[in-house]
Amino acid sequence: MSALILAVSLAIAQVVLALAMIPAVIRLVRGPRAQDRVLAFDTLYLDAVLLVVCFGIGSGGTLYFEIALAMALTGFVGTVALAKFLLRGEVIE
Amino acid sequence: MNAPDLPLWLAVVVSLLLLAGAGLAFLGSLGLLRLGSFYERVHAPTLAGTLGATTLLLASMLLTSFEESRPVLHELVLGVALFATTPVALLLLVRAALYRDRHEGNIAVEPPPVAPPEPPAAP
Repeated sequence: MSALILAVSLAIAQVVLALAMIPAVIRLVRGPRAQDRVLAFDTLYLDAVLLVVCFGIGSGGTLYFEIALAMALTGFVGTVALAKFLLRGEVIE
Repeated sequence: MNAPDLPLWLAVVVSLLLLAGAGLAFLGSLGLLRLGSFYERVHAPTLAGTLGATTLLLASMLLTSFEESRPVLHELVLGVALFATTPVALLLLVRAALYRDRHEGNIAVEPPPVAPPEPPAAP
């Protein structure tokens, strides 16, 4: 019974997190300016990290956790590089 | 999730935390679509980045701690990473957007003019 509750709520959470990517993709495609697209990209990364954490809850083990950590850090570096590009016109001066 | 003797209260608590985290992440993304300007929109994903991530990681910590019968705290690393990087990245992004708007002379981001001080009342 409790395993069934957990499996159903985990599936619902994964579906909701996948649905949460749709507004970010719409904003990424439609965004009026470049900073809107960068913000949508950051949100997409964050939703993907949370989705991978959900996969890790479902499977057990620490493999998915390490994937989520690497994705969080690469998303941070990407957002900072894009913000620097918007500010200066080049990433490395 | 391979523990057959999972107590019911733990399953309910973990399920509620999972659903709350996923719902908060969805609300954060929906705010990205609904809010009007960029400076309002930049607030929305922080909901997913702080409270959504906290609830999901808390659910993961509770479940793995129960399955392995010891405190499993390595999700705290991901929590600290998310909490430390999200404000920094968004702050840099807002500074870049503010620089671009000011550079283009967009009057929507200019500081409001300072009101003149009230003249002192005549005695």
